[in-house]
Amino acid sequence: MEAAEAGAVENQQGRLAGLGASASLSPPVVAALIVAAIAVALIVTQGLQPFGQTTVNGLISASYFALGAVGLTLVYGTLKLVNFAHGDLLTLGAYVAFVANVSLGLPILVAVLCSVAGVAAFGVATERAIWRPMRAKGAGLLQLLIMTLGLAFVIRYSIQLFAGTQPRSLEVDVTSSTSFLGLTIGQTQLIVVLVGFAVLLAVGAALRFTSLGKQMRALSDNFELAEVAGINTDRVVLATWIFAAGLAGLAGVLYTSAIGNMTPNLGFFLLLSLFAAVILGGIGNAYGALAGGVLLGLTQEWSTLLIDARWKLAVGFLVLILVLVVRPQGLFGRQERAL
Amino acid sequence: MTPLAVSLDVFGSLDFWIGVGLLAATYGIFTLGLQLNVGYTGVINFGQAGFMAIGAYTMAILVVEAEISFWLALPASIIVAMAAGLIIGLPSLRLRADYFAIVTIAFAEIIRYTAVNARELTGGSQGIGGFDGAFLDLSDLMLDGLDSFGLGDQFLLPLLIVAVVVFGLLTVGMYFLQRSPWGRVLRAIREDEDAARALGKNAFAYKLQSISIAAALGAVAGWFLALNLAFISPTQFDPLFTFLGYAVLILGGLANYFGVVLGAIILWTLLEGLRLMDLPLDASQTAALRYVLVGLVLIGLMAFRPQGMLGKRQEMVLGD
Repeated sequence: MEAAEAGAVENQQGRLAGLGASASLSPPVVAALIVAAIAVALIVTQGLQPFGQTTVNGLISASYFALGAVGLTLVYGTLKLVNFAHGDLLTLGAYVAFVANVSLGLPILVAVLCSVAGVAAFGVATERAIWRPMRAKGAGLLQLLIMTLGLAFVIRYSIQLFAGTQPRSLEVDVTSSTSFLGLTIGQTQLIVVLVGFAVLLAVGAALRFTSLGKQMRALSDNFELAEVAGINTDRVVLATWIFAAGLAGLAGVLYTSAIGNMTPNLGFFLLLSLFAAVILGGIGNAYGALAGGVLLGLTQEWSTLLIDARWKLAVGFLVLILVLVVRPQGLFGRQERAL
Repeated sequence: MTPLAVSLDVFGSLDFWIGVGLLAATYGIFTLGLQLNVGYTGVINFGQAGFMAIGAYTMAILVVEAEISFWLALPASIIVAMAAGLIIGLPSLRLRADYFAIVTIAFAEIIRYTAVNARELTGGSQGIGGFDGAFLDLSDLMLDGLDSFGLGDQFLLPLLIVAVVVFGLLTVGMYFLQRSPWGRVLRAIREDEDAARALGKNAFAYKLQSISIAAALGAVAGWFLALNLAFISPTQFDPLFTFLGYAVLILGGLANYFGVVLGAIILWTLLEGLRLMDLPLDASQTAALRYVLVGLVLIGLMAFRPQGMLGKRQEMVLGD
């Protein structure tokens, strides 16, 4: 046992030494090394079982953080819109699923599809009714920022007006759980993680390999250049909204299923965590947001090993501030620090 | 009267207008800080509720826990809030405007979580009360005087008078500060930061000063919020209130301090009127309806009249 611990410490020291010598390594590699070093340190000091359990919990939140963040970052990258209403798209997704699943009695799978389609349609509607006309007017940053705030109010409080503030639950099994290797995970939570990560991989592959995905990333990278290159930007912008809002709807349902209930505030509550994930990965960078979401989920849950779990959200916000201050372009962004 | 009829009686009551006046003055002072940052410096501060929390909690903790005189706790809370403004501004004011907005809201949320979690100091979600004894002594003196006008039973009237006087003085003070050389440099930075720097102005230092003064104004607003309810708890410092400040700001108009006064009066008359009107809705639905309207007003104003009521369009240069 002692030998194993000594080995782990040595291993950790080896990694840290490697880190010091690796000024030329790319930031994602450095980030991965730091995460690995933290993981080893936590295993050594806190024990394998608590570490494993918090990692499992972290992966649960990672699934909805990553799916929520990827849409937020794509909309920012493509339209330079910092969307404070994005969190409320998650809320909308959860409540559409509630109406389909509980009020109408449809199976949960159908409810999820309704929610993805409904929120995607809502995203397209806001693009056509608000964002496209405002772009045509040449609206400034502050104008757009405050309009997203206004839209966030309208979505959140319309839901509260009709559904009330009492917590609601989907018809999913929130009591039974599975154990393996001494780690516990709720059955629904297991499904959430599996669905979340499957969709995450599919999203990554779609962005990487499909023509539409490449066009989205191209627009997110440089709108004018993409337009000059002959990409039908109008079509890709619409696709971005469908993609971003649809994933937000799914993330909302996954969050509600994992947590066990929903309130009209859930999206706003998650929004800053989504921003943290987006900024961690480099704003506008879709892969970065996926990785940032996973990192943030792990960081928040791992922090509960060291300090009281009440502080885990504040830990996420602190990470957000630290990343912006130390490396505003994020882990995966390029050096272009505008003043 | 049919049950669905909407009663407008509330607009005839003195209680209603005292309540509206207190909220308008409190959030008016709060929004003067936003006006300085957003309207005149071009810095988007989304953390004003955090500064208000720091002001209110510092005052309350100093009086209740440290047993310092209320009148000394007031200036102390301003100093703490200004220091917080410096601490958050120093590392993050160099960031782009939208990043700065996100950092400040994250900061305000950290403050709120601290208020919820540091129970020994802040009372957690239960909140703190019992800090207003010294003010109530003053208030009783004023009520004796008001008694001769037959207003001796209006318990909140003295606080309203103090709040309105402070709001008025601060508004006029900010107006003259803006006309000073210092204020002109701020506007130059807002218009073209590089040009201001080329003229040898330390733009970063001016922005820091702008944030600290806004934090001080937030702290003053925090006192009135605390005195109004005789009690503070974390929910009063939700980011929602920063956004209500933006509604006041946009309604009245950017880059005009008197717009803040107008915006505060209109917004709170509407919000409180809706709350107290006899609508066929329960309390949570009425609250929801108020904020749906706030959202629609924000969207509508930004789409069709971004300069608000008193602002000038050419002063809106947050275009990039």
